[in-house]
Formats: sequence, structure tokens, C-alpha cells
Amino acid sequence: MRYLPLTDTDRRAMLAKVGAASIDDLFFDVPEAARLAGPIEGLPLHAGEMAVERHMAKLAAKNLSAGSAPFFLGAGAYRHHIPASVDHLIQRGEFLTAYTPYQPEIAQGTLQMLFEFQTQVARLYGCAVANASMYDGSTACWEAVAMVGRITRRKRVVLSGALHPHYAAVVRTMAKFTDDRIADALPALQGEPDNDGLIARIDDDTSCVVVQYPDVLGRIPDLAEIAEAAHAKGALLIAVNTEPVALGAIRSPGDLGADIVVGEGQALGVGLQFGGPYLGLFAVRDAKHVRQMPGRLCGETVDAEGKRGFVLTLSTREQHIRREKATSNICTNAGLCALAFTIHLTLLGGTGMARLAAENHRLACFAADRLAKVPGVSLLNASFFNEFTLKLGTDAREVVRKLADRDVLAGVSLGRLFPGAQSLADGLLVAVTETTSEEDIETFASALEEVLV
Amino acid sequence: MNSPNASGWKPEMTRAEGSAPATVTGNRALMLEEPLLFEIGQAGVTGVDLPPVDAAAACRLGAMKRAGIIDLPGLSEPETVRHYTRLSRQNYGIDMGLFPLGSCTMKHNPRLNEKVARMAGFADLHPLQPQDTVRGALEVINQLAFWLLELTGMHGVAMTPKAGAHGELCGILCIRAALEARGDAREVVLVPESAHGTNPATAAFAGYRVENIPANSAGRVDLAALKARLGPDVAAVMITNPNTCGLFERDMMAISDAVHAAGAFVYCDGANFNAIVGKVRPGDLGVDAMHINLHKTFSTPHGGGGPGSGPVVLSEALSPFGPLPFTARDRDGVVHLVEEESADEFGHTQAFGRMAAFHGQMGMFTRALAYILSHGADGLKQVAEDAVLNANYVLRSLEDVLDAPFAASGPCMHEALLGDAGFGGGLSTLDLAKSLIDEGYHPMTMYFPLVVHGAMLIEPTETESKAGLDQFIVAMRGLAARAKAGDESMKHAPYHAPRRRLDETLAARKPVLCWEPGRSDL
Amino acid sequence: MPRYFTDEHEWIEVDGDTATVGITDYAQSQLGDIVFVELPASGTMVAKGKDAAVVESVKAASDVYAPITGEVTEGNGALEDDPALVNTSPEDGGWFFRMTVADRSELEGLMDTAGYKAFVANL
Repeated sequence: MRYLPLTDTDRRAMLAKVGAASIDDLFFDVPEAARLAGPIEGLPLHAGEMAVERHMAKLAAKNLSAGSAPFFLGAGAYRHHIPASVDHLIQRGEFLTAYTPYQPEIAQGTLQMLFEFQTQVARLYGCAVANASMYDGSTACWEAVAMVGRITRRKRVVLSGALHPHYAAVVRTMAKFTDDRIADALPALQGEPDNDGLIARIDDDTSCVVVQYPDVLGRIPDLAEIAEAAHAKGALLIAVNTEPVALGAIRSPGDLGADIVVGEGQALGVGLQFGGPYLGLFAVRDAKHVRQMPGRLCGETVDAEGKRGFVLTLSTREQHIRREKATSNICTNAGLCALAFTIHLTLLGGTGMARLAAENHRLACFAADRLAKVPGVSLLNASFFNEFTLKLGTDAREVVRKLADRDVLAGVSLGRLFPGAQSLADGLLVAVTETTSEEDIETFASALEEVLV
Repeated sequence: MNSPNASGWKPEMTRAEGSAPATVTGNRALMLEEPLLFEIGQAGVTGVDLPPVDAAAACRLGAMKRAGIIDLPGLSEPETVRHYTRLSRQNYGIDMGLFPLGSCTMKHNPRLNEKVARMAGFADLHPLQPQDTVRGALEVINQLAFWLLELTGMHGVAMTPKAGAHGELCGILCIRAALEARGDAREVVLVPESAHGTNPATAAFAGYRVENIPANSAGRVDLAALKARLGPDVAAVMITNPNTCGLFERDMMAISDAVHAAGAFVYCDGANFNAIVGKVRPGDLGVDAMHINLHKTFSTPHGGGGPGSGPVVLSEALSPFGPLPFTARDRDGVVHLVEEESADEFGHTQAFGRMAAFHGQMGMFTRALAYILSHGADGLKQVAEDAVLNANYVLRSLEDVLDAPFAASGPCMHEALLGDAGFGGGLSTLDLAKSLIDEGYHPMTMYFPLVVHGAMLIEPTETESKAGLDQFIVAMRGLAARAKAGDESMKHAPYHAPRRRLDETLAARKPVLCWEPGRSDL
Repeated sequence: MPRYFTDEHEWIEVDGDTATVGITDYAQSQLGDIVFVELPASGTMVAKGKDAAVVESVKAASDVYAPITGEVTEGNGALEDDPALVNTSPEDGGWFFRMTVADRSELEGLMDTAGYKAFVANL
């Protein structure tokens, strides 16, 4: 077996050293009834590299990959061009095969990268401090809700109806076990986000308001207005962003008064990967909340010779020290995805972010106008960045399936996102990025026209 | 002879003498100092070619439109490649040498796995594509789920948890849901004092009160104390097996029986599954739920702290409560993604909810499946055997020079536990660990588990050769001798790493978590 | 003024109806460099033997228990900026909080200076 260096000669010599007659002597403590006599029956035996690659390639070939068809899906996962150097650099063994930087003297590469990542995320979000990553946007969202519970000691959580339904489902799931009360609603299918309706749901018991920006229908809510209303009731505003590229074109949530900003970082550097691993981003506007934050934090310090260096810090918040009193149970996070994100953002810089965002918006405007010309189709959004909702006048789910049969990956139907919600069934969420060509948009529009006839 | 040496280059070997002079740059040949991105990057620079922003272009952003650009420096591609390459060289990774971190299973990361994970048919799929366009991906999840069930002898598996601790949470929530379904409100989760910190943190996050159960003198759960504590208020017992002392819980079946008799469930922390994969099935030990760290046993890379993946295998009693979504094969052999709306159709009506957006760590699933198929049933069994043999070899090669508190009680599993008793001159485990860095090794897990003073938990894994272990043993024996002799110089190790010991107290007292311009140094 | 000690290494000095609480020199020496102290807010009611404050080193967080029952009247604000005071002056400038004395009889079970010295010598 190519991954196992011990030879039978080695094994004999080592068994002799440890004083065992056979390998099974070392499994002496396992109750006899639970010991397996040989390899588990009925399963394949080891296979060479070529055979495994062939098996996996066959499975891969059964899928229609995004790059091989006109592609318009978003809804929390976005397809952007990832510069070739990103994947090269994250595959350097010193990054790829390192552990969590518990021995800082030989982990300065990971630690400095994390310090830079934290600074980039803080600036992107308009916040004071960002952590070293969470699993993904949805779990970061729940952790933010839990954190606000610790700060405000209140138990009522107001979710915007236009929060990604998977994120809302994660919050609802966890809240069942923590006795938090969730106030949520379906989104209204209208051009502007329903800020008035949301603000009306905030009361004196509310711990936080959770608002997606841009929202799940692609609209861009006025966060400042919501922040003001929340603060007036002593509640905090959690802003959720699932498309960081948007922040190249619209204002940062922290600058608009959001107290905690969380989000999905997948769009930069990470890739679609059928939903994971992704990258949870987590930041607080005011550094006074740092000790209630979940997850790892990297901080600057000096070594014994006075040279600048970096360490994991404020670890007493974490499970390995604080155990049942920890701010979270998170341990392993999304280190390598954070590396991919930070490299991509380093290549872009603020200027590249602005250009990338402008290109996304330009193509999205072009697509929205073109698709709205298809008979029976109308554009819902008064505002959007690179994703918008079309009303098709018929079940959008069925349309998506029919278009997939024509090798057009047409977007995400609201029926898929909000199953059972009849009022949303004719909505189609369409995302357009710099990877979308005008030709793709034309193909989509003509196919849509054919399908809707 | 005309002009015997026009260039002036006169080869002459001299002997090295004296210590090296300081360099102007602070660099030391291949070891390069690297400034922060914010010190070398410039506003206006970008390493990606995109058209300049057209201020006159149509804008549908509304009132939230950003006025300026985000204050983030950029680097050109060559500068970027150098920045991160230089940073990478300040890291230690498995690719460089032995990484014996106990309970972390730092084994070789096969590159075939990286290759298959990057196939466009997996890497370039959107999670919400119509199912007919992703049947191969769903097949991968289902095949991996099948193997995990076979290897553990369990009934069901939740694939979506994103790391070990997330898997723990999933398992405990299944237990809570099962208890609530039978109208049984229980409040306490019992955790051995030697458990990973994630166990009590998880139980508390799921709304339970945590109580410790003690260990006996053989480094295992005290069965009598456990039995005495069990009662109608106990929801679950969280056990790590093999445990954090590197020992198999001999009484595991008796523990499970007692827990079940008390109406509670057995959660097993599967962090140490590498010791028994293919040899022992947790289902045969009475386990109700166990997470599997694909980034440990199944070789997906740790990546400097993730991403991980933590599928949870479940007993028949808990399976009905597993979260959504999951994959299931229909009568025609087609694999489906079962989500909220199709749960009823697939008979899964009691799911406790959803752990995360989308369907789990697909990029880790492809890697883990490639790893499993490469090994097969025979190779996986060999993995456990070699991992255990390597650990015992290290233990028996060091027990005469280092305190080995449980060595007398028999063989260890996949990791060897040593302590710092007998060190001289006020030296402790930290000093030995930092000296090990100078010898070219990543240190072992230190000061964990808490049940041994100055604990050193060494997990070599099966991917180390005998020759490699012999070299490590020589290094450890040398350091043990120096530690016992109270060698003062060990207090200042490491000497040869990119940094000397770092001031963690300063970092925590005056946290600097974000770079700020003008604050050039501390 | 009389000073008392608990077997959890807190000290309490009583001055009439109020008392000052901190951790002992032995406790700080076991913890190492103190990096953070979390103090109860004024007005908090604390109960004898229950959590009242948290003291943190880089690698550990320890609960500090109230030696007696009472109401917190003041926290030592100096520790916020300079937690190292707990290391350099644990039984003086590094005090944690002041509190009312609700029930003087609770002091009876505590050790005096000599008793605590003997207690530590046996650890």
C-alpha cells in the first residue's frame, strides 16, 4: 500500500521491541466480542492511484459543471474567476499540511497570514476586529445570534424575511435548544426590502435583528435605518453578507451601524465546490465586544529577541481552556479557505475590488434588462448588485428544470429556496458575475423565451 | 604564462571560524523576513486585470452605493507569489517531517486526493443546481456515507457537519431530539475529566449542564463512579475511545450497557478513530453517535486550522432524528438529495433541523473517498495496525528515559503519553517541546490531557517509516537526558526557528488584532 | 484590620461593615502572568462560595469565589488597565472588589494568616 512505509521486516523488528508476539497483542484491551478477525467483509480491497482516479473521474463526468454551461446560480454561493496563483499558493505543503498554529515559532506563515486576513475582513466589513474564520456564513450567523444573547441577556431574535432560508433554518434549529424565540416571516415579493415591516417587529425584548445585505432576493436594504431602530430598542444589528464582492460597490455594513457583521467568504478564492468547504467571516464593529467573540483570534506580539511575531491570543474564550463556559465549541475552522480568500483579496486590492464589483454590476444590469424583455418576464428589484429576482408568471422551478435539460443552468428558483411558499413560486433568482459572458446571457434569454411559450 | 587570473576569482577553501555576522536585512539566506502586506502593498495596485471603473455606467445599487474604494492595498502577481511563498517557509508541515501532535492524527496527505477534489465535475458545481445535473456528486456523498457506515457498524449517518466539534453538536442534538420525542427531559451530560474541551463546550451549547466523571489509576473511565452517577437526569455520556490518554476503554461495552439501562445515550468522540479503523466497529461497542474527523483518520489536509469535516454516524435509535439534508438511493438506484420538502417522501419525518447551509464539506468528501478507495478494507485495517505499532514502538523506546505513567498497564493505542516528572533545574514539558523544534520536529501535544503532569502526547501515525521514528527516538532520548540534567539552555529554546519564544502575555494584555497605519511596532 | 483566607486561595479583609477581596500570593504564583481580570459590577449580589470574578492567564481561566455573602460595592478599576498588579501586588494594590458584609458569622469558618500559611505549606 503506497501510503504505508513500514515493511514486514520493520513490523517484525518493531513487534519484538515492544514485546508483542503479534499485532493483535496490541489490541488486547478491545473486548473480544468486538474484535474483527480480518478486513471487513464484502468491501473492496486497496486500489492503485490510476484505478481510484478513474473511479472518481467517472463520477465527476456525471455532473454538469458550471463552467461547461451558461451559468446563473447564486443564492449564497457565487462563481468568480480565481487567479491561478491562488490555488498554487494554497497547495504549498507548508500551508496545506500544517496544523492549527499552536507552536507559533514554527507557524509564523499561517499566523501572519491570519493577521492580514483579519485586517482585510475588518476593513471590508467596516469593523474594528475580525476573527480568524468560522465554518461558513450560516454557522457564523448563528454564532452571532448566540453572542448577542450573551451581551444583551435577551432571548428574542428578529430575522428579516429576506435572510437566506438556510441561514434562517440553522438559527431556528439551534434556537430550539437554547430557548431563543425567533420572529421570522416570508419575504414579500416587492421591489424594495420591507424595512418598515421589519422595524415594526423589533420590541423591548429583542436581542438582535438579523438582516442580509444584499438580501436573498438581491435587493439592497438601507442598513442605517434598521440599525437606528434596533439601537433605539436596545437591540443589536447583525448584518449578513453572502457576496463579499458586493462590498466593492456598496457601503460596508459596519459603517452603516451594524454591530456584528458575518458572512460567507466563498466568493473570493474558494470556489463553488458543491457547497463546501466554505469560509465563515465574523467581525465586530466595536472592539469592546471582542471577549464575547467565538473562534480564534490572531494577535501581534514580540519574540524574546524583540522581533515582531504573531500568536493565537485571547484563547481563554475558547473550548480548550474554558470548556463548558466557552464562547463557542468551535475548534478547527476554515484556515485554508481563509488563505485562499486573503490571497485573492491581496491580488485585487481595493482598486481591484472596485473594478471587479463594477464589472459584475455592469453585466448584471445588462442581463436584467435583456431578460426582462422576454415576454411574460418582469424584474422585481428596485436595487441590486449582481443578483436579482425575475418574476416569470409561472412555476420557476419547472422552468429551471426545463432549462437544465437544454444545458442552461438558469438560476435558483424561489420554490427551491422556500419550498411550499406559493406566493414566491414564480420567482427566479439570477446571479451574474464577471465569468458570465454576454453570449451566455443571450443564450439564457432565448432559451427562456422558448420554454415560457 | 600570460595573465594567469584576469577575472581575479581565486578558488580557495577556508575553514569556518567564529560566529556569523548580523546581516543588513535581517534575512538569513533561505530564511527571509517578510513585512506585512499592509507595509508593502499600495493602494491603486492590483494583480488582476479588469477594466477600469466607468463612472458614467448605469447604476442600480440605490442609496447604499459606496463613495470611494475600500482601503485595501494590492500586490501584483509576482509580489503576491513571493509574499505568500516567503510566509509559507516560516511554517512547519507534515510534508517536511514528523508532526506527532497527539489526538490530531497528522498523517500524510495524499496528492491524488487534491487532484480529484479539483476535477471540474466536483469543484465547479453549485450546491443548488438541479439534482439531475449533479448525480455524480450525490453519488460521492452516498458512497462515502456507505463506507463510513460499514467501517463503524452503525445505522445512519449525518454528512453535513463541518468539523469535529460541529459533528459533536449534531450528535448531541440528535440525542436531545430523541429524548424530547419520548417526552423525557433530561438535563445533564457526563464527560470524563480527560475529555477534549469541545465535549463540555458542545454539551453546554446544546443546553445541557456538564458534570465530570473521574478517571481510574489505569487512565480509564471509572466505571463504578459512572454507574453511581447515572440516573433519570442524565441524557448522555460523552466518551472518547480510544481515550485521550491513548488507551482503549476496556469497559466500553459495560459502560454502554449501564448508560442504556439508565435510559441515556452513548456519544463517542471519534477523534481517535485512526487507532481502530477497520479493526473495531464502534457500533459493536454500543455507541449511539460518533463523529468522524475526515481531516484526521481520512487524511484530508488540516490546512493550518481547517477546513475539517465531521460526519456523524448514528445508531438505529438516533437515526430518525438526523438533520437535513442527506442523500438516499431510491429503488431505481438513483441517489437523491433529501431536503426539507422531500423528507416526508423518504420517511424522515423527525429531523431535528439543519446544521448549515447546503450539503456539507463536498471538497473533503471527494478527498476522503479517494483515500478510502485507495486503502480498501485491507489497507484501512493496516492503517490502524501500523498506527498502533508505531505508537507502541515510540512508547517502549522512551519509557526508560521519560516518565510513562500508563506504560505498565499494557500497550497503548495510536498515541503514547509521557510526562515531565524527573526533569531537573525547573525545566518542564514546554522546554523539551521547544528544544524539539530546534531538532527539526514539530512538538507533540503538550499539557493535555490534564490527568498527567506536563503531559506529552505523541501520535506518530502510520505514515512514518521505522527509520524516521528511530531518528525521532534518538532526538527525544537526547533531549530527555538534557532535561533530566537540568540543562538551563533548554529554557531559551528554540534557537534556530524563524522566531524565538513569543510573548503571549503581552499579546493578551494589550491585544493588537488588526493592523493600523502609523503603529509601526509595539 | 482582620484578614481571612479561604481554601480556594481568596483573601478578605474586613473593615467594619465592608470588606476587600483578592487572591493570594500563592494563587498568583501558580497562575503565572495574569492577563485579564473580569470583575463583578457594583450592585451585584454575590454568595459565599459562588463565582464572583474570573482571573485569566494566557493558558487558564479560573473562577474566583466570594468568601462571604454580600453586595459588591466597587471593583478595582486599576486591574482593567494593568492586570499585572495581581502578580506584583496580589494582597494589596491587586485587590479585586469591595463588598458589604451581610453575615459576619460566615467569616468564622475561614483561616487566619497563620492558618493559611500552614495550609499552603502542606500543598
